[in-house]
Amino acid sequence: MESLEQIRDRLLARFPAAKVELVVNPGTAAEHALLLDAAHARDIALFLRDDPALRLDYCSNVTGVDWPEREIVDTVKKSVPDPAGGPAKVVEEKSKRIQPGCLEAVYHLYSMALKHGPVILRLRTGNRTDQVTLPSLTPVWRAADFQEREIFDLYGIVFSGHPDLRRILMWDEFKDHPMRKDYVAPDDFEWEPTPHGEVHERAKAHYPPAVQPPDGPSVASAKEGPAP
Amino acid sequence: MSEPNPTSAAGLPSEALAKEGNISAAEREDLRRHGILLTSLEELYGWGRSNSIWPLQFGLACCAIEMIAAATARFDIARFGAEIFRPSPRQADLMIVSGTVTKKMAPQVVRLWNQMPEPKYCIAMGACAISGGPFKQGYNVLKGIDRFIPVDIYIPGCPPRPEALLHGLTQLQEKIRSEKISGPQAARHLQPDAASEFPVPDYGAHDLQPPSNPDIFTAPVLPRKA
Repeated sequence: MESLEQIRDRLLARFPAAKVELVVNPGTAAEHALLLDAAHARDIALFLRDDPALRLDYCSNVTGVDWPEREIVDTVKKSVPDPAGGPAKVVEEKSKRIQPGCLEAVYHLYSMALKHGPVILRLRTGNRTDQVTLPSLTPVWRAADFQEREIFDLYGIVFSGHPDLRRILMWDEFKDHPMRKDYVAPDDFEWEPTPHGEVHERAKAHYPPAVQPPDGPSVASAKEGPAP
Repeated sequence: MSEPNPTSAAGLPSEALAKEGNISAAEREDLRRHGILLTSLEELYGWGRSNSIWPLQFGLACCAIEMIAAATARFDIARFGAEIFRPSPRQADLMIVSGTVTKKMAPQVVRLWNQMPEPKYCIAMGACAISGGPFKQGYNVLKGIDRFIPVDIYIPGCPPRPEALLHGLTQLQEKIRSEKISGPQAARHLQPDAASEFPVPDYGAHDLQPPSNPDIFTAPVLPRKA
């Protein structure tokens, strides 16, 4: 199979208006991906499926990723010449910037006919709140049907052109998207026999008032051991 | 029939017979050897019911595989009279909640329980049905079916072996046999004011509404440091 760079270059030659970026995975898996823009994703997907050299006819996996907004600190090293004529000082300048959050759908494609793969596609939404629409690739690969529904359910990406976009795991009346980083699970921690860690903190709110010391936990109450 | 044991036959305790209701099992066995069956309606009722517990045929997760294994010839749940798995709740006596109860499935399980006629019993099989098990801290799994329906027998395990299910079943049989048919200690289904149906929870925007039935579920109180 040709390399991802070659595929990208061919795609850019075939679709001059499209934006195709190579997303490099720095980890040991080195699963690099092609980042497509939403407007041309459907056409590019059809091309990848039908191109005789690629024939990516099998979509093995579709998954979602939540990228919350995060702060990135860029460090730039500058050499400042010494006015006294000495050796130049190296000064680090730090600048902060906000990387906007987005939701991402990742498609893993293989070719059953030519026995190669994977080629990984990524699609990103504009933000995490109101621009969450991506084109559905279910018309291209039927296998994406349930998995796009699952992403819709758990991440809240709306796939336009999906034939049957409903929640698949949670019930229809459910409002949240549980796999998002900022999801808060319902508080039913009233009965935790052996709570620890984060669960312990949440279960504490349900401890009966009789066992809670009147003015919060103190050193003295901790020494007394279990309350009656 | 074997020949009656001369010693026990000779020592038939007439004074024990005189004390009503105080016949030991050994004495009753002696009487039975003489061809006398001594029983009470209560006993007969419990004996009959405990040996024909028909479970509802449904499974929720991997515990159901163990339940199916318990019905096979190797473990043979038929030895205990519970081999007739009914596909309809109207014909079932026992609900074996075998597996993870997701919040999406919980209303249907409660509805099935409501559709079962009295007398009915519930076995919570496996860690998930008891407490949510490994999914306890998740967002989509009910933390124990006893939040919505009353459970008679809890069988721990993940999943429990078929032997454990059979043990739970024999425990349930003992419980049924010990139930009274009248008086304040009467079985639940014979008390006119005992609840038989339970409210089916609604699907809410964030969780089930209500998240548990306060009439039957109160969180156990653990003494512990704040």
